[in-house]
Formats: sequence, C-alpha cells, structure tokens
Amino acid sequence: MTEYNFAYLDEQTKRMIRRAILKGLAIPGYQVPFASREMPMPYGWGTGGVQVSAAVLTPDDTLKVIDQGADDTTNAVSIRRFFQRTAGVAVTEKTTQASVIQTRHRIPEQALREDQIIVYQVPIPEPLRFLEPSEVETRKMHALEDYGLMHVKLYEDISQHGAIATAYAYPVKVEGRYVMDPSPIPKFDNPKLDMAAIQLFGAGREQRIYALPPYTKVVSLDFDDYPFQPTKAEHACALCGSTTSYLDELITDDAGGRMFICSDTDYCATRVEEAA
Amino acid sequence: MISVENVSKSFTLHNQGSTEIPVMAGASLRVAAGECVALVGASGAGKSTLMRMIYGNYLTAAGRIMVGDVDVASAVPRDIIALRRRTLGYVSQFLRVVPRVPTIDVVAEPLLVTGTAPEDARAKAADLLARLNIPERLWGLSPTTFSGGEQQRVNIARGFAFPYPALLLDEPTASLDPVNRATVLAMVQEAKARGAAIIGIFHDHAAREELCDRQVDVTRFTPGLAA
Amino acid sequence: MTPLLQVENLAKYYGARIGCADVSFDLYPGEVMGIVGESGSGKSTLLNCLAGHLKPDHGAVRFATRAEGLRDTVTMSEPERRMLGRTDWAFVHQHARDGLRMNVSAGGNVGERLMAVNARHYGDIRAQAIDWLGRVEITEDRIDDRPTAFSGGMQQRLQIARNLVTGPRLVFMDEPTGGLDVSVQARLLDLLRGLVRDMGLSAIIVTHDLAVVRLLADRLMVMKDGHVVETGLTDQVLDDPQHGYTQLLVSSVLQV
Repeated sequence: MTEYNFAYLDEQTKRMIRRAILKGLAIPGYQVPFASREMPMPYGWGTGGVQVSAAVLTPDDTLKVIDQGADDTTNAVSIRRFFQRTAGVAVTEKTTQASVIQTRHRIPEQALREDQIIVYQVPIPEPLRFLEPSEVETRKMHALEDYGLMHVKLYEDISQHGAIATAYAYPVKVEGRYVMDPSPIPKFDNPKLDMAAIQLFGAGREQRIYALPPYTKVVSLDFDDYPFQPTKAEHACALCGSTTSYLDELITDDAGGRMFICSDTDYCATRVEEAA
Repeated sequence: MISVENVSKSFTLHNQGSTEIPVMAGASLRVAAGECVALVGASGAGKSTLMRMIYGNYLTAAGRIMVGDVDVASAVPRDIIALRRRTLGYVSQFLRVVPRVPTIDVVAEPLLVTGTAPEDARAKAADLLARLNIPERLWGLSPTTFSGGEQQRVNIARGFAFPYPALLLDEPTASLDPVNRATVLAMVQEAKARGAAIIGIFHDHAAREELCDRQVDVTRFTPGLAA
Repeated sequence: MTPLLQVENLAKYYGARIGCADVSFDLYPGEVMGIVGESGSGKSTLLNCLAGHLKPDHGAVRFATRAEGLRDTVTMSEPERRMLGRTDWAFVHQHARDGLRMNVSAGGNVGERLMAVNARHYGDIRAQAIDWLGRVEITEDRIDDRPTAFSGGMQQRLQIARNLVTGPRLVFMDEPTGGLDVSVQARLLDLLRGLVRDMGLSAIIVTHDLAVVRLLADRLMVMKDGHVVETGLTDQVLDDPQHGYTQLLVSSVLQV
C-alpha cells in the first residue's frame, strides 16, 4: 500500500464519526458514543481529536494544531505532520488563517470566527467521573439532570482550599441542560467557550464525541458566594507585554530566575511583529 | 370513662401442639371518671391480662373495651397509639427504656410527644423526680443502672407526667419504702381528684383500702376458675 | 387523615421464587412501622420495592406527594421518583459505606442533597451541614474529615444527617443498627427516636432485632417466606403474638 485514504481514516469510519458529530451538535454538551478506531499513535496523544479532525477535514482546509498554546511542541508537530502526510492539507501556525484548529489544553486568545472549527483533545469526557465511578450511574445522572454531585466537587474544593481550586477542566453547564467537561483547558479559557466557531470534542480512549454549536450559552458552575473567576498569573507577557492573555511561567536559570510569557505562541509572535 | 363489656380471650400456643388456653370469658366492668377500681383475685387469675387487654397490649378475642370513645378491642394501631399518647396511661412494673437516655428525659418523654416545650417538660419531670426522692445527681444518668426501687419510682414519675384521663396502675407501691409509698398514694389521690378513671392492681391491702372505691374479682371471669 | 404511604397488593418475584407477595398496608404521617423476619423472609425486598430501588411485579405503592396527593411511585417516571428520593424520602442503609460517599468530606456528604435541589450558596450549605452534624452529635471540627476517618457509629450517624438534611417525610431504614456495638446501637436508637419525634417523621424500619423495633416502632409487620403473617401494634405483636411463626420468633430471643 503506497497511499493513505484522505486523512488516514476510511470513508465509512469518517461517516460514522460525522454522524456522531452531528448528533453532538444537535444535543449540545451530550456525550455521543462512537466506535473509536486504533490510530497510529498512543492513547493520550490526541487520538480522539485526530479522528474528529480527520472526519471534518476537506482538501481545501488549512489546519493549525496547538499543544498547550504552542504550535511547535512535539504533540502539535507530530499531529500536523500526520495530516500533511495523510491528507495533504495546508497547515499554518496563524490562528486567523486556519479553518480547522485541533487543540490540546488551550483556546487561542484571538477570537474565532464562524467559518472556523476548533477540535479539542479530551482525555476524560465525563465531568462526574471522579466522584461517581459507574458509567451507568453517570449516564442516568445526565439523563435526569441529577447534578448535585458536580457542586459537591466544588464544595470540597472550597472546604479544603478556601476557594474553588479547580484550575483546569472546570465544569460548565451548556444551554442550561448538560454539564460538560470542557477538556483540560485552564478555567481562564472558559468564558471563550461562548464563541462563533463550531467546537468539537473528541475522546479516543473513552470513545465519546461532544460538541457546541456556534454561540451556545456556556456557564461555568459556581456558588453564589464563591463566583467563578477566570484566573491567570498577575503579570504582563515578557515578550509582547500583553496583560490580558494566559501566561506560562518559565524558569530561566538555576538561581530562581523566571519569566512569564504568553502560552499562545501565535498570539504573542503576532503582537511582537505588529509592534516592530 | 373505661367500660369493659363481655370480653373474652384465649392464648393459642402454635408451637406446642396448638394448645388453646382460654384465659378470660364474659369479663365486664365500668370505671367512671374520678373513680378508682381495684382488680383482685389469686395470682394467675388474669388481673394483669385484663389490664394489658385494656391497654391494647394483649389482643381481645371478643367483646368491647371502650376507653373514652375508642374501642381498644377493635381499634387500628394508630388509634391505640393516639389513645396511649393523650388518654390512657399505664404504670407497669417494669421500666423499659432506651439505654443511655438520661432519667429526666425518660420522665419528660410523655410530655414531649404531646407537644410540651422541652424546657417545660423537663421542669415538670424535675418536680416529679424531686417529689419521689430521686437524688438530683442521678437525673442525668440512665435509669438502667438504678436499683429496683429507684427504677420503680422513675417509672411512676413517667406515668404521672402527663395528666391522662384514664390510668392503669400495676403494683405502683411494690418495693417502695414508707415515705415514697405515701408520696405515690398521694399522687394517685390527686389523679382521682382531677377526675382520672383508675384501674389498679394492688397487693398492698392498705393502699387498696385507701385508694379504691370498688373491687372487681377477676376470678369470676376466669374460665375453669369461676367459683 | 390521609395515609402518607398506601401499599396495595405488592409482589416481587425472582423467577419462580417469591420475593414478597400480597403485601398491603397504610402508613400514616408520624407513624413508625417495623418489618421483622429472618433472612430471606422478603423484608429487604419489600423495603427496596417501597423505596423505588426495585420494580415490583405488581401492585401499587402510593405516596402522598406535596403537590398532587397520592401518586403511584411504581408507575411514575424515574425523574419524579428520583426527585422524591432526594427530597421527601430518605434511605438509611445498613452499611454506612453504601449510603455515604467515602471520598467526600462529612460536610460534602451532608451538603449533597441540598446541592441536588439547587442550593447554590456555599456558606448556607456549610451552615446547614454544621447544624445537622451537631444534631447527630458529630462535632463541627470533623466537618472536613472523610467518613473513612470515622468510627462505625459515627458513619451511621453521618448517613442519617446526610439523609435528613432536606427534611424528608418518609425514612426507609434497612437494619440501621446492624453491625454496631451494643452501646453504639443504644445511642443511635435514642437519636433516631428523638429525630422521629421532633421532625414528625414517618419511618419504615427493616430489622431482625426485636429489641430495636420495640423501642422504635409503633407498628409491626412480621414476614415469613415473602408473606406478611402478622401485623399490629408493636408491643401487642411481641407480647401477645397470634401467629405460630411470630410466637417462635419472640420465644427465640435470648433474654439478658
């Protein structure tokens, strides 16, 4: 065999995944089971996101892949190369130029548009999982909107840490109905979930796909007296000077030296270019 | 107030060849408000059995037992519970309590279940315990550890905490010293005076003479024993 | 007065075997009913059918809902039944670990039912949890400890607090004092009696311990081989049992 089918997966599989995506879009926040395939990469490397991306890519698309905000880390580079080889699509590091963005752990700082799709890699799609191990029970809880348990988790946070310590994968309620895990994005990104682009979530090992259509109302769970707060490091980016973007802390030497820089490398580079 | 009409009872021992033991037949008696009637008869003649039937503790096979406007012989459990809560008191010879509950709360309970405020109920219980010479240092302890005489007095205090219009007394003065015996007799007199209808079993002749207006010999209700 | 719970001709079969059959009774507000019988007599099956954990094969379990009066809980939708389960009903399991979240703090355990009915103020939830822990004699400084750090008796009391915090009207208890030391049992019994009295609770208590029902239950139902063989006032059934099996049961208790 010399050539891959377009975007690696066979057409039947892509149809099956597209059906799951459409169902997910029709029921925002609902986890749709799908027959996840073996991919030529280990679980935990984004097999769910890759399958979703494969199902939505067309030859005319331009793909961007983000890992923790960066385009140049191992995971981002290997997935980008995977689709270059198997689909031959154009790739970019520019958020504004991409039509499909696959991401792990971040939402770009640049607001997305209606003609874009963002695909999240999801390790554990079930927000209730850590408190309720039974899948039968969690499905029933979703079906019956029995979500008291979700607040128990936040209650435990406050009672142990004095504040809601959950900093990433912060649970949200979608259109007043399903409670959803937004994948391990920092809670700083939660307000961006209310966006113009289509958002698709793929969990390969757990075999679940869920989705948010454009402009879906997404509310982060909280208490009246402990309201949700999207937090970031209280610094400006050392490279571009942004005070509004999410920052990574970088240790620069053995003497305790450190700097804060934008986690979104494209956003930072664009700002530096514009300033120059 | 209390009216027993042509009542009969037998015990069937299913596990001993279904032996049927008739224990009472044709029993009838009436007690008016403010009246005290003694049940007499030899041991085993059925004094306690009749008293337990009136309290609803033993099932009645035939006849009527009216206490106020409730027929104990045919009432459903919740009517009997309501009757016992507000109308019919019973001082048995045995104290049956939840272990570890303080004596004062044991005595206050009949008041608490009828809706008396906890402070008032405890105050009333304290009065009764003091009157019956239970030392105050014991009030916070469970009566399960008390001597027989002390337990009996706690039981009496509990039985007299709520002003029931009908009272059943099973040997209330047994195992009491003269001072406490006199107190209990006075309490029974007071209950009579406020209009309670009382049925009692007293082996204490003097007490019976002092308190009771009439005697009913249950021997004549006892099948096979009737003279 | 209308009954709080009305059970009619309830039956549950396990294949050809009878779980329980021909069970009918009314439970009125404020009443505590005991169900006794030996292992396999069907008492736990019955309790689980009443509480909506098992679907009976026929019969009706009508509960006096606050909004609509008597409703058959067997035929009502699962969301409605679950809503009852976390508001008007409570279920106290024999083993506290079946009724508690062992990896959640005591406060979180008590608060869960409040949060399930949309309590969203942390301070209020915590204050209520402290109040309820106090009522079951667990001190405030244990509120952030997990139940795994509690003794068996404390776990059972925590389970009771967790269940009663939403002010239920009907409590199902499955051997609530089973597996506890005798001294701990007594404390729990006293606590339950006080709560039943003060909150005007109705309760159905399954147990094989006749001393427990004598102290807690107003009424008694004796079961054998899935059938009710005798019912009545608790002390009447225990002191003047009519059915042969009840006589055997009562006479088999060791005296101390």
